Amino acid sequence: MEEHKIRVLVAKPGLDGHDRGAKVIARAFRDAGMEVIYTGLHQTPEQIVEAAIQEDVDVVGMSVLSGAHMTLFPRVKELLDENGADNIILMGGGTIPEEDIRELTEKGYAKALFTPGANTDDIVAWIRGVVQ
Amino acid sequence: MHELVQRLLDGDRRAVARIITLIENNAQDKEQLLRELFPHTGRAFVLGITGSPGAGKSSLADSLTSYYRKQGLTIGVIAVDPTSPFTGGAILGDRIRMQEHALDKGVFIRSMGTRGSLGGLARATKEAIKALDAYGRDIILVETVGVGQSELDIMATADTTMVVLNPGTGDSIQTIKAGIMEIADIFVVNKCDRDGADKMAAEVSAMLDLGHGQNPNWRPPVMKTSTLDGRGIPELVEAVSKHREFAVSSGLFANRRAQQLKAEVTETVEHYLKELLWQKAGASGEMDKLLEDAAQRKLDPYTIARRILAVFDG
Amino acid sequence: MTDKLKEIEEKQKAWQERFGRLKGRDAKFMTVSSDPVKEIYSPADLVNFDYDRDLGFPGEYPYTRGVQPNMYRGRLWTMRQFAGFATAKESNERYKFLLARGQTGLSIAFDMPTIMGYDSDHPRSFGEVGRVGVAIDSLQDMETLFNGIPLDKVSTSMTTNAPASILLAMYVATAEKQGVSAEKLNGTIQNDILKEYIAQKSWIFPPQPSMRIITDIFRFAKDYVPKWNTISISGYHIREAGSTALQELAFTLADGFAYVEAGIKAGLDVDDFAPRLSFFFNSHMDFFEEIAKYRAARRIWARRMKEKYGAKSEKSLLLRFHTQTAGCSLTAQQPENNIVRTAYEALSAVLGGTQSLHTNSMDEVLALPTEKSVQIALRTQQIIAYETGVANTIDPLAGSYFVEALTNRMEQGSEEYFAKIEELGGVLAAIDKNFFQQEIADAAYRYQKEIEAKDRIIVGVNEFSQEEQLGIDLLKIDPEVELAQVQRLKQLRQTRDNIRVQNTLEELRNAAQGTDNLIPRILDCVRAYTTEGEIIQVLREVFGEYKEKAVF
Repeated sequence: MEEHKIRVLVAKPGLDGHDRGAKVIARAFRDAGMEVIYTGLHQTPEQIVEAAIQEDVDVVGMSVLSGAHMTLFPRVKELLDENGADNIILMGGGTIPEEDIRELTEKGYAKALFTPGANTDDIVAWIRGVVQ
Repeated sequence: MHELVQRLLDGDRRAVARIITLIENNAQDKEQLLRELFPHTGRAFVLGITGSPGAGKSSLADSLTSYYRKQGLTIGVIAVDPTSPFTGGAILGDRIRMQEHALDKGVFIRSMGTRGSLGGLARATKEAIKALDAYGRDIILVETVGVGQSELDIMATADTTMVVLNPGTGDSIQTIKAGIMEIADIFVVNKCDRDGADKMAAEVSAMLDLGHGQNPNWRPPVMKTSTLDGRGIPELVEAVSKHREFAVSSGLFANRRAQQLKAEVTETVEHYLKELLWQKAGASGEMDKLLEDAAQRKLDPYTIARRILAVFDG
Repeated sequence: MTDKLKEIEEKQKAWQERFGRLKGRDAKFMTVSSDPVKEIYSPADLVNFDYDRDLGFPGEYPYTRGVQPNMYRGRLWTMRQFAGFATAKESNERYKFLLARGQTGLSIAFDMPTIMGYDSDHPRSFGEVGRVGVAIDSLQDMETLFNGIPLDKVSTSMTTNAPASILLAMYVATAEKQGVSAEKLNGTIQNDILKEYIAQKSWIFPPQPSMRIITDIFRFAKDYVPKWNTISISGYHIREAGSTALQELAFTLADGFAYVEAGIKAGLDVDDFAPRLSFFFNSHMDFFEEIAKYRAARRIWARRMKEKYGAKSEKSLLLRFHTQTAGCSLTAQQPENNIVRTAYEALSAVLGGTQSLHTNSMDEVLALPTEKSVQIALRTQQIIAYETGVANTIDPLAGSYFVEALTNRMEQGSEEYFAKIEELGGVLAAIDKNFFQQEIADAAYRYQKEIEAKDRIIVGVNEFSQEEQLGIDLLKIDPEVELAQVQRLKQLRQTRDNIRVQNTLEELRNAAQGTDNLIPRILDCVRAYTTEGEIIQVLREVFGEYKEKAVF
């Protein structure tokens, strides 16, 4: 019997080590029955995209607290597209001002962005909704 | 030919990734994929790495990958982590140690969860090995936590299996006692920069002196490594080569592979039989009632089992 | 137990029986750390309480009530706002702004490349130069950072760990240029690598060589920069990573004792370096729990330093600490509410006897703070100091049954953690076994689940929320900052004496491969305008790099 399990890559780009959010969300995804591939700290966009392809994930979630979201999300999206992996959904979270969230989502650099205080159940539900 | 198989043979890593997903998900196309991959398999050398959690298996896989890459060999890595039996989810974190190779096209890393189903892990992992084999990887490293029957089963798939131990963890010797001794072709005392490494190596050797080993003609060497500074890695690679030579010359290699193929046929038959049975039994509509009868102690489980199997009659 | 105490205990039981059945409101009565809190505390909760033994007077052993005899009646705490962004020039202007508004000490925030030992032109620095702090590549930037700020007149705290020795050397060299001698310098480097492995994760080298660098700094500073605080043993980041108050306390003190042991093992006399150890704690929302944490910290440190490590000098027994209000308690929703949160957190730090304090700005959960929000944060401290009256008397909550009981609980819980850590083979072994990391990850997850189950109410997040438009302006860092910094660095590399740079780096490499103290060699490097990234690269080649362990 075929069983599709949702696979999510949780990635922590940038040089900072603030992985509390990434780890809490990884654990919430696991508890929701998903397979979470965690690539660790200090990942470059290239590393994230290559891992996403090899792991054939449904979703890439990036946690960005360094203020570099306006360069990181477009870059990862661009690399996914270049590698023909535009089926992979890019989402993320972190300390991202409302204005930047609007710009990133409107331009399609991220499908959704969650800020601190977001409910993990809501994020899980959102993923289940977008992954067919 | 399946489009994905063609793409895999053309060297498209996204096709490899997708084929492994379809295998794991037990998808419709799976049998066709495996059938078409089969003629292209049998070439890769499969190296099993097992040991208790925290023994440093991923670090070792990382160090071995670096070493083999310098020799120009291509690498596939399958890292297996346990799935939570309660939620069905898993956190697969073995890549962390290997992300330096993420951009090397000669390295393909895939994380898999055990996904809980009985024997399912062993099956999917063995099948994923085939995909990487057909993809043309020279060496496939399979890393699993060394507990449970299904892991032992995966190790039976490997051409050479190394058991990783590290000093200072009381449970390592326990692990050996628990029966992992028999599957090791090579022992690796990792983190040999630590106190107690020599003592641990001596203990393992002593156990080998007592005759714990699977093959009378191969005494598993006890290697010491440190993935911090790469100490002992060349020697370990050398030991792997030696085991391989031994396996080939002694006929062990050919024998193992022949056994594996036979086992695969029987396993596949059993697998399909099972699927067929539940399909038929389900279709008969009697299934739920019979199980409920068992639960209510209306009949003994053995009689009920016979009645379910009756779907094959006539 | 005295007859009087027994009587009170019986009365308390009777009271609980009478009123215990009254219906409580629908809430979990627990601290921020999920510890249960009883409806009432009385002398019955302090059965073995002994004023002389457990509290004493301020400035007297075991220092529960404060490290100085006169505390804030002598001098108020240092108001030290952590700041830094973009380039040295812009940060220099912000420092002058803060000093002009009554701030009494500087606290330097570096950008991530500087924290991780990469120069601004390294590929890994791309997009991160000047983002979360100031970019410092070489002595040239440090000179600009303190331009017009006489280094003998300020005390400066620098949040740097793995490359702390380099930034301290740059500070010393900047002072030399200003004509200020090193023994006059006052300040702190964070330099606490253990908490990096435990929580903050800004490591570079593996633990062993990292500990060597730290003991080299102890030895160097003892004679060369005697007034400098060589380490700020930090619980702040442990708490931000999601720990409980007790874990913050116990893990931080355990780290502190590990440094003491490392110093002793390196052949130093404990009284030669212990007086220069300082601490850095978080102040979270649970008012009384935090106060108890600070009071217990002083008592535990004094007792262990005296009894276990045989410290003779009184200064070795004093746990002096800086406090920062909890960044993780701030909410992105209704950010103005963060002003109120920060005020309460600051108040508990003051009531807990902190030596210096940073109050977060309301917008820090969204971006780097604007001048306006930084000013409100500073004013918050000034209002506490000058208007509330809490600085008039020392340790005003001493003798509160609840606060004393909590203080005891903190001490007892810490002792239990110390025993566990010892059992695991000490702090380094416990790090290697992921003990701290697992404890923190579990606490962080539990906290999040409590919020989602509404067992814990966060105003504006899971209750009293509203649709809103962000009403505050945010600070933007111009992307041009990075380009300009990279340009300046390129120019420096062309104009400095590169032969001298190579020579200083080679001498550093030799010292690293042997056992000579590294700090004088690093000082030679920075004087020659060798960059931080170049120095780290040499050390990385000798020492190797630490790799992350994943713990969930």
